[in-house]
Amino acid sequence: MWQDARTDSPAATRQAGAQLAAELPPGAVVALHGGLGSGKTTFVQGMAAGLGLEEEITSPTFALIHEYGRPARLFHIDCYREPSLDRWVGLGLSEYFATDAIAVVEWPEAIAALLPPETVHLQFELGATPDERLIRRAR
Amino acid sequence: MTVLGIETSCDDTAAAVLVDGHLQAHTVITQLDHDAYGGIVPEVAARLHERKIVTAVRQTLDRAGCELSGISALAVTYGPGLAGALAVGVAFAKGLSQALSVPLVGVDHMEGHLWASFLDPLQAPFSGPFLCLLVSGGHTHIWRVNAAGDYDLLGRSRDDAAGEAFDKGARLLDLGYPGGPALQAAAADGNDQKVRFPRPMAGTEHCDFSFSGLKTALLYYLRDAAPDARATDADIAASYQAAIVDCLMDRLQSAVRLSGLRQVCVAGGVSANLLLRQRLDSWSGREQIPVRYPPQEFCTDNAAMIALAGYHRLQAGQSAGMELPIVPNLSLAGRG
Repeated sequence: MWQDARTDSPAATRQAGAQLAAELPPGAVVALHGGLGSGKTTFVQGMAAGLGLEEEITSPTFALIHEYGRPARLFHIDCYREPSLDRWVGLGLSEYFATDAIAVVEWPEAIAALLPPETVHLQFELGATPDERLIRRAR
Repeated sequence: MTVLGIETSCDDTAAAVLVDGHLQAHTVITQLDHDAYGGIVPEVAARLHERKIVTAVRQTLDRAGCELSGISALAVTYGPGLAGALAVGVAFAKGLSQALSVPLVGVDHMEGHLWASFLDPLQAPFSGPFLCLLVSGGHTHIWRVNAAGDYDLLGRSRDDAAGEAFDKGARLLDLGYPGGPALQAAAADGNDQKVRFPRPMAGTEHCDFSFSGLKTALLYYLRDAAPDARATDADIAASYQAAIVDCLMDRLQSAVRLSGLRQVCVAGGVSANLLLRQRLDSWSGREQIPVRYPPQEFCTDNAAMIALAGYHRLQAGQSAGMELPIVPNLSLAGRG
């Protein structure tokens, strides 16, 4: 069972992501809360590895959504640059939550209304040292 | 040959008309008027594009002085991008292709950027293979362009794109939006030697980039620098910008060394950065390596570049049938 983590390196943050991904049921939605540089994308890199995906995971901030695997097994969604809920609805965001693929959302606050009730919420925080990150389950 | 290009890979809807490789007109619709839905939130995927695409195509044809019946081929982005958004463009292009009985060609969105420099009528295409440094908010890539439809990815960012590093750096410094120009303006009077930020990947014998550690270094500098020892915002911005540009130059030079190619295109929104242009221009003069940039309006997403890439593919005898798929994670190089 995935537990709150205090990681001391990007590799450890990836490891925490891989562990979580391995435990998620098909179609799970994960919301990653936390500021810039708090380890969210690094964590998603680990999730992809945990799902056995070999593609390189890069930030979807500008593309809005990256999908991995054919057929898709992971949707990496980032609401940082598009805070309008209406625009996300118009881009079909809800459909990404209605498949068997895992959907992980960075900066999810703007689209909270679209998240399924069983969404796993994680909170990311900076630690005391530049490499330390705190990751805990919220709600 | 009159090519109608269509691009709907992300949130912009765009169309362009090209005659024998020369741009006649193009349109990019970013957002419809606020009340375009009459207050009703669309419930179906990609309705944003569905509402915009007819307008974009009609405006473009009008400006080009071209009738629908004058179109001799269609070029459409079929990936990478958002599935629902791509589907609207591809379905529209297929319908038009059938109705007009003209060929359809699928273009990779990245491929469009690689050809964007040659939308400038004053720039003749390079002869033979060339390098393309693609630097935008979403991508930081170095490609080897061999011919239409024949590309090798030499390097890419392993995390954040360069434009994203600019944007998020500006956010951390509270400089406003859009971040790239804001950071550049703030850096104008700064001393770029004041803060020593890392140059991730510099000096390595490959062409990959990494910018996420640079962002984190800025984050921790702002959090941890003692108030009396902290550099001014201008000095921090200048030092941070210099680090990004140093990384881009270092990786590009690595690509030149490793590929042996000595002609370069630079594409994407970050190519507008003044420091990068200065550094590229002086390097170009020193090394006798020609460097080309797209006109400003073609640095961001547009359909003109899709039409041009499609034109090159059509010239090479390539086209797609009605079975053209949409591929949200399409890759020119099979590297994700």
